[in-house]
Amino acid sequence: MKKLLEQLLEHAKSEIKQAPNLKALEDIRIKFLGKKGEVTTILKDMKNLSAEERPLVGKIANEVRASIEEFLEDVKEDKKRLEIEAKLKSETIDVTMPSKKTLRGHKHPLNTALDEVKEIFLGMGFKIAEGPEVESVYHNFDALNAPIDHPSRSLSDTFYITEDLLLRTQTSPIQVRTMKNSSPPIKIIAPGRCFRNDEIDATHSPMFHQLEGLVIDKDITMADLKGTLDIFAKRLFGSQTRTKFRPHYFPFTEPSGEVDVSCFKCGGEGCRFCGGSGWIEILGCGMVHPNVLKECGIDPEVYNGFAFGMGLDRITMMKYEIDDIRTLFENDVRFIKQF
Amino acid sequence: MRVPVKWLKEYVNIEGILEKELVEKLVLTGSNNEGSYEIGEGVDKVVVGKITKIIQHPNADKLFVCTIDVGEEILQIVTGATNIREQDYIPVAVHGATIAGGIKIKKGKLRGEVSNGMLCSLEEMGFDKACIPKEFDDGIFILDKAYPLGMDILEALDIKDTVIEFEITPNRSDCLSMIGMARETAASFERALTLPMGKINTQVDDINDYASVTIEAPDLCPRYVAKVVKEIKIEKSPVWLQMRLMNAGMRPINNIVDITNYVMLEYGQPIHAFDLDTVTDHKIIVRRAENGEKFTTLDDKVRALTGEMLVIADAKRTVGIAGVMGGENTEISKTTQNILIEVASFDKSSIRKTSKDLGLRTEASSRFEKGVSTGLPMIVVNRVCELIETLGAGTVIDGVIDVHPDPAEPVLIPYRVEKISKVIGETLTLDEIKNYLELLDIQTIEKEGQYFAVAPYYRLDLQKEIDLVEEVARIFGYDKIGMTLPKTDTWGARTNAQLIEEQAKLELLSSGIDEILTYSFVSKKDLDKINLSANSMLRQQVELINPLGEEYSVMRTSLIPNVLDVLARNNNRKVKQARIFEMGSVFLPKEVPVVNLPIEKKMLTIGMYGESEDFFTLKGACENILNGLGICDYYFEKEENHPTFHTGRCANIIWGTHIVGTLGELHPHVQENYDLQVRGYVADLDFNLMIQLAKADQKFTPIPKYPAIERDIAILVKDEITALQIEQIVLSNGGDLLESAKMFDMYKGKQIPPGYKSVAYELVFRAEDRTLVDEDVNSIFAHILKALENELEAQLR
Repeated sequence: MKKLLEQLLEHAKSEIKQAPNLKALEDIRIKFLGKKGEVTTILKDMKNLSAEERPLVGKIANEVRASIEEFLEDVKEDKKRLEIEAKLKSETIDVTMPSKKTLRGHKHPLNTALDEVKEIFLGMGFKIAEGPEVESVYHNFDALNAPIDHPSRSLSDTFYITEDLLLRTQTSPIQVRTMKNSSPPIKIIAPGRCFRNDEIDATHSPMFHQLEGLVIDKDITMADLKGTLDIFAKRLFGSQTRTKFRPHYFPFTEPSGEVDVSCFKCGGEGCRFCGGSGWIEILGCGMVHPNVLKECGIDPEVYNGFAFGMGLDRITMMKYEIDDIRTLFENDVRFIKQF
Repeated sequence: MRVPVKWLKEYVNIEGILEKELVEKLVLTGSNNEGSYEIGEGVDKVVVGKITKIIQHPNADKLFVCTIDVGEEILQIVTGATNIREQDYIPVAVHGATIAGGIKIKKGKLRGEVSNGMLCSLEEMGFDKACIPKEFDDGIFILDKAYPLGMDILEALDIKDTVIEFEITPNRSDCLSMIGMARETAASFERALTLPMGKINTQVDDINDYASVTIEAPDLCPRYVAKVVKEIKIEKSPVWLQMRLMNAGMRPINNIVDITNYVMLEYGQPIHAFDLDTVTDHKIIVRRAENGEKFTTLDDKVRALTGEMLVIADAKRTVGIAGVMGGENTEISKTTQNILIEVASFDKSSIRKTSKDLGLRTEASSRFEKGVSTGLPMIVVNRVCELIETLGAGTVIDGVIDVHPDPAEPVLIPYRVEKISKVIGETLTLDEIKNYLELLDIQTIEKEGQYFAVAPYYRLDLQKEIDLVEEVARIFGYDKIGMTLPKTDTWGARTNAQLIEEQAKLELLSSGIDEILTYSFVSKKDLDKINLSANSMLRQQVELINPLGEEYSVMRTSLIPNVLDVLARNNNRKVKQARIFEMGSVFLPKEVPVVNLPIEKKMLTIGMYGESEDFFTLKGACENILNGLGICDYYFEKEENHPTFHTGRCANIIWGTHIVGTLGELHPHVQENYDLQVRGYVADLDFNLMIQLAKADQKFTPIPKYPAIERDIAILVKDEITALQIEQIVLSNGGDLLESAKMFDMYKGKQIPPGYKSVAYELVFRAEDRTLVDEDVNSIFAHILKALENELEAQLR
């Protein structure tokens, strides 16, 4: 019987070795070790053995069983590995072939730039105010301390609807509305479309976009204005950006200023992009004129504040190096899909 | 404002200051730089020469052969110039020279004659053609006197200079002058200022025997100052004066005109000189013009005047349009013997209006309309006479006429040290503030503990304390002000509506739709192009008085035309597929004609074309957006009457009693109107309404614990039965266990009788508390089928 078992072991091993695949191995397992398998059958025959022989043969039988199992497992592992290797090999693809595209929409670059600006100011505690594109002469000019015979009021500069209504030439009327409709502290930015009577060319568009900011509270200073805009410039154009504040004139602010940033192309050395000066003008700003505060129902002896404004089209064009403003409004999807 | 640096040095000591520093500092104190250039830059080896002989060129009628003495050698040069004579001193570009425009001059032969250089015009020396004296317009520049032969011409005439261009802000008209810029320079660098004395050494006779002045319109002419000069000798100005004018961009004419222009550039005050002998009775009257009066100005044009315009008249007639242009009838000529110099102040609004109405803008009018101080005329008239005397151009008559009915007191501006410090954000002391102001010639006086700044006569912009804050800030230096952040009790956030807008855009982008931006103003004809009827409400539009053209003449009442324009443009450019949206306002008048602000309503319009697009891709995009905003309980309803759309492929999105929007395939006419080569799809959504319907308070639904049973049902129904009808019946008969019903197939054609279609739905049944068995579903399924049979005459397939 012992011999029989040993023969069986040899027999099983040789069959296992020759098994072509996992399925065949499983068949072998059943053939030898299954309920009706050969080893099991032998074990069933043990009842015919003597009491002395029984434990001895039992031990051998179990060893044979274990050997077959172990051998089977090893070969199975091998086979499995080979089979997976073969599968991987056969399934190899050319990963440099084109991808399957999912359609993705693209924001207009002007709004992408606007979002970036909004995010900066939201982070500094500003809210976003909006206002109508068709405005009253009062909100667009009168309330903003614009002299009555200021050239910007003329038909050659401003689009009119009636004597009292116009297309806003700036987003400042939103500031006026905000000041009139709420009380300090006020901290807003006001983005929007603006209109001026300019013929369309590479640098002019009768419709363009501005973003203005307004802060009104007690104890607001020019230093606050500088600090706010310096952070803005660094966040928009990069942390290495330097700002230069120089005096300027606007009817609705005093003191007024313009802000230049160090050229983000050459870093301030002077290049073609910045006209050799190393600086690029990006916005106008100033302390809100007491006349404007008064007109909007805010006591300039108690409160003061600052305001600033920038051309979003210009900023977008600078940021993406777009050289013709008309590109922004043509809406060629091949253009928009770049952003 | 062009500032030649050498000229600036006459008034302010800028010794040791580099031009670069000068510019940088002035920029920081408020005069922005607009560029600068060098006079004579690039001109090299042009020297003083003397023509010793001119002979006709033997082989060319129009050429001459000149013998030129340039000191170290004698050159033969061939020229075509006709304005030269022997003994003239002229600029000579010798062999190897460079003239304006980078042109190199070399030895050569002209028609067989050796030519060792070139005689130069002013243009060739780099001067702007518009500033060159008429006599040298087309010829060689003849020097006014002898200069050392062979000397570099730029050195000989001392014309090398840097001209800096500054941007002058509208509040600082006083800086549109050399002295104004000198004052800014002096204040910026704390340097000494030296102004002309206006000192006349010899004066004779009495002006009252020569002329009289009456102001009949003091509201438009607050001051009129006049002086008379006799024994006038009209001639060319000396070269230094001519050069100064040319460098500042003005053309030299003759000594008297040049002096008035020179002093105007110095002080910013326009000056006019009359030929006194042509002024009837030597009487000057400042009055309003007669309505309809015709008047010939210096430029030889007849102007029609109105009663609003201010003129200068003599005893009989008009002799000048005040502050704009003088008259031909009293113009200075070569034979003029006596002149009256007018230095007056005119009302700026009146000048602006007159200049605009006449379409005549002059150097004088543009200065007057920006504002010229009434403190200037006396100083200026004396300066003019000083120069006339210095140049020997005439004899100054003693006395001055100064009609100044209501001289203004100096403006006193109260200020507070704390307020100035507080606005700037730097702690400044009284002494510091006083100092900064004094640098600008603004004195401080104290009265009863209150400080007052005395505005200099020429600073018309200084009126209030805040104006002084600006003066202090800019002289202190904007660059020296610290940087802090406002200590404001506010927090930043988007409004609900803004968040919804962001969310909607996110949904649009993730549906593969690109954002566009188009003009708010459009053509009236746009509404024809989208087939709208003549009585459509959208035809009531907000119209511009002064549009750029018809195509930008009305405010849009629909975004559809804008979106279609963009689709068509892309299609024209052979872009195969486009999915675009615009979110923007339409403008709906509250009344016609427009009186009040129109209603601005935000719309969201989507457009698509391309191989993979159809009604249902657009519908899917709309669903994504609505669902993304938490808007539910809407449905799509067939719309057959919208003129823009295909009658069989258009739907309204309904929510309650509202129409959220309309979507569909374009009507073939519309497609044709836009020259769109493929079918286009448009959805037009009322975004204001969507903001109202959007729900932010979405609640979680538990993930099902028990498996579902899925059953398909295919039925045959009449063609006109809609998916919506079937779905409603299925859902309303499905009871609690029916989780969803999705149509997955619709088939017409083979094996289906004409007029019928086969539709197939997948029904999903599920219970919350147990695993369903077939028996649970069988009866419900039968019930649904029965309802379909009864209500829609459906047959099970």
